[in-house]
Amino acid sequence: MQNIIKDGAVLAADAWQLVRPDAEGQLSVPDAGDVIVPLSAWLAEPERWASRDGRVAVWLASGDEPAELAASLGKLELVAVDFHAFTDGRGYSIGRLLRERYGFAGELRAIGDVWEDHLHYLWQVGFNAFEIKDGKAVEGALAALGSFTDRYQATYREPQPLFRRHRS
Amino acid sequence: MYRYDEIDARIVRERVEQFRDQTRRFLAGELSEDEFRPLRLMNGLYIQRLAPMLRVAVPYGHLSSRQLRKLAEIARKYDKGYGHFTTRQNLQYNWPALEDVPEILSELAEVEMHAIQTSGNCVRNTTTDAFAGVAADEIIDPRPYCEIIRQWSTLHPEFAFLPRKFKIAVSGSEQDRAATWVHDIGLHVVKTDAGEVGFKVIVGGGLGRTPMIGEVIRDFLPTAHLLTYLDAVLRVYNRYGRRDNKYKARIKILVKAMTREAFAAKVEEEWIHLKDGPATLRAADVEHYASFFTDPAYETLEANPAEFTAKLAEDKAFARWVERNTRGHKQAGYRSVVLSLKKTGVPPGDATDAQMDAVADWADQFGFGEIRVSHEQNLVLPDVRERDLFDLWQLAKAAGFATPNVGLLTDIICCPGGDFCSLANAKSIPVAEAIQQRFDDFDYLHDIGDIELNMSGCMNACGHHHIGHIGILGVDKSGEEWYQVTLGGSQGSGASIGKVIGPSFARAQMPDVIEKILSVYVDTRTEEERFLDTVRRIGIIPFKERVYAKHN
Ligand code: HEM
Ligand code: SF4
Repeated sequence: MQNIIKDGAVLAADAWQLVRPDAEGQLSVPDAGDVIVPLSAWLAEPERWASRDGRVAVWLASGDEPAELAASLGKLELVAVDFHAFTDGRGYSIGRLLRERYGFAGELRAIGDVWEDHLHYLWQVGFNAFEIKDGKAVEGALAALGSFTDRYQATYREPQPLFRRHRS
Repeated sequence: MYRYDEIDARIVRERVEQFRDQTRRFLAGELSEDEFRPLRLMNGLYIQRLAPMLRVAVPYGHLSSRQLRKLAEIARKYDKGYGHFTTRQNLQYNWPALEDVPEILSELAEVEMHAIQTSGNCVRNTTTDAFAGVAADEIIDPRPYCEIIRQWSTLHPEFAFLPRKFKIAVSGSEQDRAATWVHDIGLHVVKTDAGEVGFKVIVGGGLGRTPMIGEVIRDFLPTAHLLTYLDAVLRVYNRYGRRDNKYKARIKILVKAMTREAFAAKVEEEWIHLKDGPATLRAADVEHYASFFTDPAYETLEANPAEFTAKLAEDKAFARWVERNTRGHKQAGYRSVVLSLKKTGVPPGDATDAQMDAVADWADQFGFGEIRVSHEQNLVLPDVRERDLFDLWQLAKAAGFATPNVGLLTDIICCPGGDFCSLANAKSIPVAEAIQQRFDDFDYLHDIGDIELNMSGCMNACGHHHIGHIGILGVDKSGEEWYQVTLGGSQGSGASIGKVIGPSFARAQMPDVIEKILSVYVDTRTEEERFLDTVRRIGIIPFKERVYAKHN
């Protein structure tokens, strides 16, 4: 059972299958159903994905360049960003770039080492869906989205920084 | 000084509750060591050799008397009755119990303080000149910008997990007293001939294992663009800084690898997209923050009142203290007083709860209830009337705060070293003490004059040894504690990294080594030449020859 939170609620079911390369770097993509494939595969074989049955989404690793996906974003319902370790914060910048620079409006899902203590930040930079790591409580994660009721910075969720909203 | 509004207070309270829950989950086994470590570090909680250490943020080194009393109370209640002021103007407790930390944070919140981002790979407490707002050589008061940066950096959602820690320092005066050249970002507030205020932006300085002086990536950044530009720098660093090797993860390594020009170009490229966005500062925004840093109600006084000059003439010890431990003030009739935390036998930077309470009282009695922490690990009373200095001196003497050694050899900057720190190669506190004991003759110290001796217990350089005129570094030689000496480092304008003079020494040799180094200076100095100037003029060879000379 996947633990997916989307737009502040736990999803009862989620059709997306995440496709990660195996130990040899090979991808085995199921013939049918909805899949999330790595950026490299998406860029390498456009015809394959266009003709496939089922929806296709893309996931980015933390070192990937979101600009490479910019041209495809209009076609994608979902983009995922992988946090291979929660301490690798590159995905936060990727999230903002996808939303703010490239205008992605679909589902932006955080995958990998994702659990409650980072969700409020992830939400602020534009993620609206979180695949909670195995073994981590989903209820706690839901609650953690509301850890902070305000913030100082200009973010994707609140483009006006605090000093513009409440001060001077 | 800045005062929280309802929103600042709420954010800090929410952070306390978040941390309380994280601690609870860790103690209940729901968070592993590895998971909890980055979370606790982001809240200033280290596990040291003997106990946890909690680092409390003192925003740009500013404290009110009320806050200092609270720090004293916490030291009494949750620690062993003392705290340690650090080179980044913060305060550390060496002995809190992990279980108590949420409560400590909650008490800190009552006085508008916290431990947010005092450690971890995030933007740390912004530092500045301890004499900001009162220094005679100040061009622009840096504090409103420090506060703007403090707010911007606090819980910034994009930059909580950087490749490595990130330190910003701001200077607004002619003389740089904030070590801006050895920070990840150093900002100099500047004013153009046309009166426009902005910043010179220095990036990629730092100490640690690979010490570097920063590079200027922008000569003038108009104030309006401060935050969007910082966002651009941080984003470039966040995305491209190395994460494979923590020793190569600081921004300085990225700047070096890319070259200054390429790094600056990359920042500009990113900034184009952010420039003029909602985080652009309008004049009214800056004024809002500046309104917290207006001058207190200074009296109109004459400089050097008669009762003050009379005391100076009749009491040599007082005169010496005034000369070393007070500084000129922009307001006539006032001076800033440095309370030395470098008394022989006390670890540099340590202060007891009773001392903190006393300083808070003096701040109320003689000043406007304000205290500063200097990065040299002393406390500063920024505004004291000259006519009150004699009274203050007597109180400070009684409380062990009036060692007239500010800026002298025994005003040592020193990290906690092997007595506390698990990363240490060697102890640093006993070496500082041995040096202080050897050089206890104030006539000699005054004759030697301005000199900075900085010491770290390992190459992490928490004691800024690279930028000490004399630097001492603890090294490990097959399990034994040894000390390497560098000469010629300096902070401030014309910052430089010291040069190693040769093989390291045993602890017992250190006072002799320092004595020999000083003797070369005394023998070769020209009149009016400071130690650093002599080192720069003659190089390290003469020092090396004297120190390593074989006895006959
Ligand atoms: C248990 C206590 C401490 C630990 C484990 C610790 C750890 C470290 C480490 C690992 C670095 C190197 C970072 C790098 O180069 O990337 C460092 C640097 C530094 N630390 Fe500490 N530290 C401790 C206490 C202190 C104290 C007490 C102070 C102030 C007195 C301090 C101030 C600094 C400063 C100023 C640097 C400068 C180097 C730089 O940022 O470039 N630290 N510390
Ligand atoms: S310099 Fe080394 S020994 Fe000293 S506090 Fe830093 S990490 Fe510890």
